[in-house]
Amino acid sequence: MKLTVNDREFTIDADPEMPLLWVLRDVIGLTGTKFGCGAAQCGACTVHVDGQPIRSCVTPVSAVEGQKVVTIEGLGGNKVADAVITAWTALDVPQCGYCQSGQVMAAVALLTETPKPSDADIDAAMDGNLCRCATYQRIRAGIHEAARTLEG
Amino acid sequence: MRFFAPPVPSPALSRRRFLVLSGAAGAGLTLGLPAVRAAAQPAAAAGEAPFAAYLRIAPDNTVTVLSAHLEMGQGAYSGVATLVAEELGAAPAQIRVDGAAGNPKLYGNLAWGGAMQGTGGSTAMTSSFERYRRAGATARAMLVAAAADQWGVPAGEITVEGGVISHASGRRATFGELAESAARLPVPAEVSLKDPKDWTLIGSETFRRVDSADKSTGRQAYTIDVRLPGMLTAVVAHPPRFGGTVRSFDATAAKAVKGVVDVVQISRGVAVIAEHTWAAMKGREALTVEWNLEAAEGRGSAELMAEYKRLAAEPPTAVADRRGDAGAAFAGAARVVEATYEFPYLAHAALEPLDAVARREGDVLEVWGGHQMPDLYQAMAAEIAGVSPENVRLHVMMTGGGFGRRATPDADVIVEAVECAKAIGWRAPVKVLWTREDDMAGGRYRPMYLHAVRAAIDANGNPLAWQHRIVGQSIVANTPFAALIKDGVDVTSVEGVSGTPYAIPNFTAELTTTSNGVPVLWWRSVGHTHTAYAMETMIDALAKAAERDPVEYRRALLKDHPRHLRVLDLAAEKAGWSEPLTPGRFRGVAVHESFSTVVAEVAEIAVDDKGGFRVERVVCAVDCGVAINPDQIRAQMEGGIGFGLGAVLHSQITLTEGEVDQGNFDTYEVLRFSEMPRVEVHIVPSTAPPTGAGEPGVPPIGPAVANALAAAGRAVNVLPLAQGA
Repeated sequence: MKLTVNDREFTIDADPEMPLLWVLRDVIGLTGTKFGCGAAQCGACTVHVDGQPIRSCVTPVSAVEGQKVVTIEGLGGNKVADAVITAWTALDVPQCGYCQSGQVMAAVALLTETPKPSDADIDAAMDGNLCRCATYQRIRAGIHEAARTLEG
Repeated sequence: MRFFAPPVPSPALSRRRFLVLSGAAGAGLTLGLPAVRAAAQPAAAAGEAPFAAYLRIAPDNTVTVLSAHLEMGQGAYSGVATLVAEELGAAPAQIRVDGAAGNPKLYGNLAWGGAMQGTGGSTAMTSSFERYRRAGATARAMLVAAAADQWGVPAGEITVEGGVISHASGRRATFGELAESAARLPVPAEVSLKDPKDWTLIGSETFRRVDSADKSTGRQAYTIDVRLPGMLTAVVAHPPRFGGTVRSFDATAAKAVKGVVDVVQISRGVAVIAEHTWAAMKGREALTVEWNLEAAEGRGSAELMAEYKRLAAEPPTAVADRRGDAGAAFAGAARVVEATYEFPYLAHAALEPLDAVARREGDVLEVWGGHQMPDLYQAMAAEIAGVSPENVRLHVMMTGGGFGRRATPDADVIVEAVECAKAIGWRAPVKVLWTREDDMAGGRYRPMYLHAVRAAIDANGNPLAWQHRIVGQSIVANTPFAALIKDGVDVTSVEGVSGTPYAIPNFTAELTTTSNGVPVLWWRSVGHTHTAYAMETMIDALAKAAERDPVEYRRALLKDHPRHLRVLDLAAEKAGWSEPLTPGRFRGVAVHESFSTVVAEVAEIAVDDKGGFRVERVVCAVDCGVAINPDQIRAQMEGGIGFGLGAVLHSQITLTEGEVDQGNFDTYEVLRFSEMPRVEVHIVPSTAPPTGAGEPGVPPIGPAVANALAAAGRAVNVLPLAQGA
């Protein structure tokens, strides 16, 4: 089957039921998207499909055929992503960092949809992304900071 | 977590020990001689100056610091980088950090006595403070000497700043340009370290984390991301009850799954080895294993807790601390307060599930992993592979959270990876990956504990007597760390109760150590996870019985403990402790020392009319000696508070007939984004050597929240709060 990931076309020979996560990591070799739970409980595997954040660990690869998949590696040139990553780095948001690909993908999706999110918007958008280091306070600050930057 | 001995005994003693040991370890910096390298260290790239064990300077001007401590998120890499950069005169941007392992003489943890490498007990900066500054100062002295030679000027006229070596004559050089000639010079016998007043990086906000950019862009590689040519991936079927073994298995259906390469029995279960992760998972689903559960633990956690309650009423197995005569003193009590606390098993649930990669080529075995106790892992891997420990190369990977779980004395996931690779005749590298469910049901939990506490106040409201009995499993029993059991007392079971700083004239701490089949382990802040809760809620209960303010009550009982007083006063002041709260809001306070660091936290909660509550704000004050990276100390307090709060609010591992009830984050709940309170951290200025930061933020949050709940009229002694309330 054919898959578009980060604007590149891939022809994949895989079980159609294989979750997108494992196709990305084990077949294509894009390891920035992380495995945390396998059950859409933690958000570490968040990628964008046609701009929407989805949990790749429970999404069969066949379900995204013909759609545009963007992973953390494919955010280059995205103005919102640049602002998020700049804020993340400036505020030293990550600790262990393992959840942060998913956090960044969720934050970019939020800010793309809602350029000036309230705290309640942020809670709603980010509640599915666990961080065991509990960097939540800095993630919130990072989203607000990125929103300010994007406002110009 | 702590592995050895009591926490750093006293600043004076530990300082002396640093000097002695770092002198010996300094031999590793020998320039001009063959570099002393750990077996795990890759050979220096051509042309790279061998700046020995702790740092290397490459011709491209990058400085690579080799960290003795694993980076699990706690900021150890950034800490050692700061120490080196400060003395070396490097620019933060030129510093990289790699993990080092495989030579305890160079990397032994000085806070544990230096004989063994390891990360734990919040000791990374304590162990590194002298060692890495000295490494930086030595390299700087040699770069300066090389410049003096080349330029024909006195070394004393040369300055090093921001990664540039310069002389008033206008001559300038980068580190990279001088590294090779510096490496040919003799190592100075003595180097002097900067006066703390001249520090520009230590204690400043200038030096940021070394890994933020890679971790914000998906570029950071963890063990799970290791990809080697021909590598296979394995998942392991473990027995459904702890202590079970494989009786037989039928791999026919598993082997029929496309991508499955082999199914092998290993010491802990049956491994399905496949071309990729998904095939291994599907293969395991198809696998049939018959388990021998005769010797397995078959009891549930409720039965175990019932047994603990029964044991609490019987004489203890050991006395951990005694002053005065608590039993007799109750006769003079004005009031007696009693409480029985129940603490559940807790999983670490780090977001990167357990994983390791093993590859053997010829006589060399390589193991990629979160090597938190490398010497042990190297020895165990060597034994399984039948190679000498020097031939085991440990690749220290960045770790997606640890919280104690990567410091496993039996090296569980590493053993599995090596066994899998061996079982297929070493024909391919093998990555073992645990799923979330494997991790959740895999044991090595914070032990379940029962505390039975009886305390009395006198007619003036002051504590008169305190009898404290703790019932639970020993973490270190039957491990290489069993020496931590003294006179029948595992210090990790009682730390935080034993030796309480509170002025209590008649005090007894007793321990009954239990034994069952559930494997236990250190969990971020170890014994303090439960002892601080019992101590600090009980102190509040006494303050209430005495009709005294909880902060004032503590101040009076801690008057001989200036560090406790300072953080308590600072947290109370910043939290506005004496100011009235709006209706529906309540505050609670807790102060606790762990890992030689003292932390006070004031929690403010909002109670709703449906009986729910939310932690709105936490004000934290910390004294951890010199604050090497103040922002990272704040980050560790923020994270420790969130980690601890999630556990006391929601988390518990329970067992039914020996089987773990929780499987994923839907049943083992942890703190979610919207539950994170606003956290403010205030650091007490200090010139004392650095103490712990990774763990000490955790212990006070539970009792601070519980004390706020008690102020709202709901004392909770059974955790998690969601259940106990």
